[in-house]
Amino acid sequence: MAAEQAKVDPMHQFTIEPLFGTDHWSIAGYSIPFTNSALWMAISTVVMLVFVLGGMKRQLVPGRWQMAVESMTGFIDNLLAANIGPAGKKYVPYVFSLFMFILLANMLGLLPLALVGVHPFTFTSHFSATAVLAVMTFSIVLIVGFWRHGFHFFSLFVPHGTPVWLLWLIPVIELVSFLVRPFSLALRLFVAMMAGHLLLEVLSSFVISGFNSGSGVGGIVGVLSFVLMVSICALEILVAGIQAYVFALLTSLYINDAENLH
Amino acid sequence: MPQISQLAATYASQIFWLLVFFGFTFIVIGRGMVPKVMATVEARDNQIAGDLAAAEAARKAADAEEEAWRVQSNAQRAQAQALIAKAKADAAKASEKSLAKANAKLDLQIGEAEARIADARAGALTEIETVASAAAADIAQRLAGLSVDAKAAKAAVKEALNG
Repeated sequence: MAAEQAKVDPMHQFTIEPLFGTDHWSIAGYSIPFTNSALWMAISTVVMLVFVLGGMKRQLVPGRWQMAVESMTGFIDNLLAANIGPAGKKYVPYVFSLFMFILLANMLGLLPLALVGVHPFTFTSHFSATAVLAVMTFSIVLIVGFWRHGFHFFSLFVPHGTPVWLLWLIPVIELVSFLVRPFSLALRLFVAMMAGHLLLEVLSSFVISGFNSGSGVGGIVGVLSFVLMVSICALEILVAGIQAYVFALLTSLYINDAENLH
Repeated sequence: MPQISQLAATYASQIFWLLVFFGFTFIVIGRGMVPKVMATVEARDNQIAGDLAAAEAARKAADAEEEAWRVQSNAQRAQAQALIAKAKADAAKASEKSLAKANAKLDLQIGEAEARIADARAGALTEIETVASAAAADIAQRLAGLSVDAKAAKAAVKEALNG
């Protein structure tokens, strides 16, 4: 019994393992094995490709699938139009890719595939992955900002109506809040995903050890944990959508700063 | 925490594969397919807007046609009313004229007839006077043996007749 309990390591699900004997792959001295994380990135890409391909019939009267794809692009289009304005149209490909990629990563990581012996891996629960996405967004903000406004982009750090006697302080605060953005963007997604999966894993270990203990109290704990786990699963599906939306929303807000200053 | 403990060993792989797959997603799906999907939506929206505009234009045209028809029918009705009124007035005038003519003719005839009657009466009166004065003169001669001249007899008869 004690040995069994020791096996339930809630962090084990986040372990990255090279697959298909690709440990030795490397480019310029950096090892780039095709890992389980990379596999689920590939699966997300393929699922997204299939999803969008199904909406490419370009019918005048859309079918269900085309309607679904069009409502997703329309959703991102509206988001950008509301936050950036007409200039937001050109960012739809990027924000749509970002939103769908994160959404599918989060959702696919929640699939109960362990029932058939496959372990889903949520690569958005690794900050080494979310940081790449956040840095990409931040780079776009910097490039667009300096491209469109030149050094005038620095006026972003002096909001309208700043009192003159505070001019020494406000830009510093604004600069810090600006520089924190990529970190908050990456960490928010990583922490939300990791916390959810961790919670599910811990609760499932309660269920297992509760029933295995054989005592009445253990059974009650097991049943309660199971009920809680089911509801948290529903919550996690919501969080998966919300985190993808938040990432896309903040990306559009940051790009708005770069496009229109403020 | 594998995210940290494995970081040194896996960061290159994570970054590389994420860039590969997200790059593929962005270029093939984001740049290649999403604009087509959105173009479809836009084409549909345009078509709907165009159809609505066409329907609106057709409705306006129908309204204008109906208005024109109403104006025309009103004009025709007014014209018809005018024609009827004119015909009525003409008829009234014509009948008045012929009535006046007939009246005048009748008046003339009545006047002539009255004149004739007056003549006849005057003639008859003169005759009666003449006969009465002759008879009076005759009577006076036979009864009284008086010889009354005709003028006096006539004056006496006239006085007696007229009171």
